[in-house]
Amino acid sequence: MDLSAINPILFVAGFLVAATPLIFAAIGELVVEKSGVLNLGVEGMMITGAICGFAVAVETGSPLLGFAAAAAGGALLSLLFAFLTQIALANQVASGLALTLFGLGLSALLGQSYVGVKPPRLGDIDFGPLADIPVIGPAVFTHDIILYLGLALVAATWAVLKFTRAGLVLRAVGESHDAAHALGYHVKRIRTFAIMFGGACAGVGGAYISLIRVPQWTEGMTAGIGWIALALVVFASWKPGRLLLGAYLFGGITQLQLNLQGAGVAIPVEYLAMSPYLITIIVLVILSADKSAAPASLGRTFHASQ
Amino acid sequence: MNDTPLLDLSGLTKAYPGVVANDGVSLRIAPGEVHALLGENGAGKSTLVKMIYGLVKPDAGKMQMHGAGFAPAEPRAARAAGVGMVFQHFSLFDALTVAENIALGMEDAPKLRALSQRIREVSDTYGLPLSPDRVVGDLSAGERQRVEIIRCLLQDPKLLIMDEPTSVLTPQEVEILFKTLRKLSAEGTAILYISHKLEEIRALCDSATILRLGKVVGHCTPSETSARDMAEMMVGTVLKTPTRAGKTPGDVVLALTGLSAKSPSAFGMPLRDINVEVRAGEVLGIGGVAGNGQDELLAALSGETLSAPGMIAFQGRDIGVLGPTPRRAMGILTAPEERLGHAAAPDMSLTENAMLTGAARENLDRGGMLDWGAARAFAERIISTFDVRTPGPGNAARSLSGGNLQKFVIGREVLQRPDLLVVNQPTWGVDASAAAAIRQALLDLAENGAAIIAISQDLDELMEISDRFAALNEGRLSPTRPAQGLTVDEIGMMMGGAHGMEVAHV
Repeated sequence: MDLSAINPILFVAGFLVAATPLIFAAIGELVVEKSGVLNLGVEGMMITGAICGFAVAVETGSPLLGFAAAAAGGALLSLLFAFLTQIALANQVASGLALTLFGLGLSALLGQSYVGVKPPRLGDIDFGPLADIPVIGPAVFTHDIILYLGLALVAATWAVLKFTRAGLVLRAVGESHDAAHALGYHVKRIRTFAIMFGGACAGVGGAYISLIRVPQWTEGMTAGIGWIALALVVFASWKPGRLLLGAYLFGGITQLQLNLQGAGVAIPVEYLAMSPYLITIIVLVILSADKSAAPASLGRTFHASQ
Repeated sequence: MNDTPLLDLSGLTKAYPGVVANDGVSLRIAPGEVHALLGENGAGKSTLVKMIYGLVKPDAGKMQMHGAGFAPAEPRAARAAGVGMVFQHFSLFDALTVAENIALGMEDAPKLRALSQRIREVSDTYGLPLSPDRVVGDLSAGERQRVEIIRCLLQDPKLLIMDEPTSVLTPQEVEILFKTLRKLSAEGTAILYISHKLEEIRALCDSATILRLGKVVGHCTPSETSARDMAEMMVGTVLKTPTRAGKTPGDVVLALTGLSAKSPSAFGMPLRDINVEVRAGEVLGIGGVAGNGQDELLAALSGETLSAPGMIAFQGRDIGVLGPTPRRAMGILTAPEERLGHAAAPDMSLTENAMLTGAARENLDRGGMLDWGAARAFAERIISTFDVRTPGPGNAARSLSGGNLQKFVIGREVLQRPDLLVVNQPTWGVDASAAAAIRQALLDLAENGAAIIAISQDLDELMEISDRFAALNEGRLSPTRPAQGLTVDEIGMMMGGAHGMEVAHV
C-alpha cells in the first residue's frame, strides 16, 4: 500500500467534480420540498437528464447545448410528476417511485445507440493568474463552468429563500397550503414551478455525470446519486449551506475511496465502494439531531375545497 | 349614517353540488358600521364572506362597493379594494415569524425591517402588543389573532371581516379586542362581524343580518333585541333550555393527585401538578383558552398518555399505567375534541366507528371475532337516540356534517353507560338545537349517577351544565369553585386574565 501515491491537489479537484452532480440534484429537491412536495423521482430525472444531455451534446457537438437539453429533459419528465400529483392528486410517494422507474427505462431506450460513443469535452474556465496560485490554483480554478454554476446555484437558492418575497411565498406554501390558499396564493402553480426547477436541476446533475465526470453513456450510470440527494436534503435539515457540506463530504469520500483502491489498500473493494453512502448518511444523521425543520405540508396533497 | 353604503350586496347566490349555500342574499353595510352576520353552522356565513373576499365566485347576484361594481377575482383584488379579513383558522404559518406572516398577507410588502417598524407602530396605536421577530408557532391564541388583525390594519381596510374572532380569547382579551374594533369603527372602518356569541353581538354591533339555510331570514338591531329572540331567529324554532334536577353528589369517582405529564406534541402544553376530585352524579366544567392543556388532560384521562403511579385513581384504583382499552372496560369513556381523525376514523363507516370504541363494553367481539350484526344494531341505536341525520350506519364518518358527527360521537359514549365520561368541546360547531340535545344528554347521564368532566371553551355552555367549575391555564388547573354565582370577571381571572397584556408597558 502506498498512500503517497495520492496527490492532494488532484484529490481536491476530483472531489469537487464528484460532488457536483449531487449538489445539483439536492438543491433542486430542496426547493421542491420547501414548497411542500416530496418528489422521489430524482434518480429518474437525473438519468433522463444524463441521456438527453449526452445525446444532444454528441449530435450538436456542443456540451453547453447538451446541458440545456438535460435541464429541459429533466423538467419535462418532472411535469409528468406535477400532472400526477398536482392535477390528478395522486399520491406523491407512489408517483415519485414510478417516475424513477420510468426514467430509468426511458433513458435506456433513448441511449441504445449512444453506448461507447465519446461526448465532446467542455473546456475549463480560464481564470488567468488565479490558476497559477500554488496548490489552490490547480485544485480549485481548473474546472468547467457548470461546476461553478452549481456553487452559485446553492448560494442563490439560499439568498432567494431567505431574502426575497418569492422565497417567502415558496416557504409559506410548503408550510401551510391551506393558509397560503386563503391568502390568495396559487398553491398548485407555485408547486408546479418548484417541481420543474427540481427536474431541471436533477437533469443537469445527471448530465454532469455523463458529460464530464465519467464521460460516456451506460445504462443506470447515476448509480443511486438521486437517492443520496433525497437523503441529503432531509439530513441537511432543508438548509442549503449544510447541504453543500454534505455533498462535499460525499464527494470527498467517493474520491478518497477511489484513491485508496488505486493505492492498493487491503480492504475489499465493496467496503470502499459503499463507504461514501454510509459515512455521508451517518454524519448527516448526527448533524440533523438538533431539530427537524421539515416543511409542515411536506408530502400532503393540496385540494382547494370550496 | 352615510347614504351610499360602503358595501351593497344584492341577490347573491352560490350553489355547491347538493346544497345552495347562499340563496339570493342581500346586505348593506355603511361606512363605520359594525354589522353582525348571524347564523347556525352551515347557514352560509362563511360562503358569503368568501365571496366578498374573492375566494369564491358567486353564481348570481352582484356586489357594489361605494356604488361601483365590485367583483374580486381573487383575494388580492379584494385587498386592493380595501377588504381585510381575519380568519377563524388556517391563515398563519407556524414556522415563520410574525413579520414574515404579515408580509405574506400584503400587496407590495415593504422590506422586513421597515415592516417590523410599522408593525410596532400599529400595535402601539391600537394597544395590541406584538413582537415582529417571534415565531408564530410559539404565540398564544390571542397573540396569533393580533397578528391577523395587524396584518389587515396595515393595509388601511375600509371593511374588516372578522370570522368568529372571540372563540379563542379570554373575557378580558375580548374586552380589549372590542375596544380596538370600536376605535376602528369610529375612524370610519366598517366591520362585518361573524359570531354565534349573541351577548357579544349585543354589546358590539350596530345592526345584524340573520341567515338560515342560505337565506336572509331577518334583520335586527342587536342592542334592542334579546339574545333569546336572535337565537330563535337563527334556529327557526323555539329553543329548549337544558334542565336538571337538584341532586347530591355521590362517592368520589376520579381523583387526580399531582398529575403531571409531558405533552406528546412539540407545540403542546405539559400538564403541571393537577389536583381535583370528581364525584358520581356531578358535572365538572373545565374552561380555559385553547392550547392550555385541554387535549393533554383528555389524553391523560383516556389512557392515550400514561402517567406515573399514584396520580390517577378511579373508584379507588390506581389506573395511571393502564391504556385506553382497560380503562374503557372499567367505565372511563372519552370523546375528544377533534371529530375527524381522533374521535372517529373519517373513512370508516359508522358501524365500524361504533365497533372501535364500543367493542369492550357492548360485547361486540367474542374471542377476537367481530360481531358486525351487534355493531350495526348499536350504531343504529345511536343514530335513532341522538337524531343523527344520515342515510344509515353504512355511511362513512366523513360524509356526516360536523354537528351530526358530533352527536354520533357523544351518543356512542353516552350509550355505553360510562361511570366517568370526559368530553372535550362537546358542542363545538354544532347548531343550537343539537347542542341543547347534547347538553341535555350529558345532564341526564349525570342524573343517573355518572361523573362527567366537560372541557369546553364555551363559557355559557359550562355555566349551563356544570356543578363545579375550574380553569386550565398553562397546563395548571385552578381550584374548583361552585359554578352557580360565578361572574364572567371571576372566570376570566381563573383563565389567566389577559394573556400578555403586560408586554404593552415594557
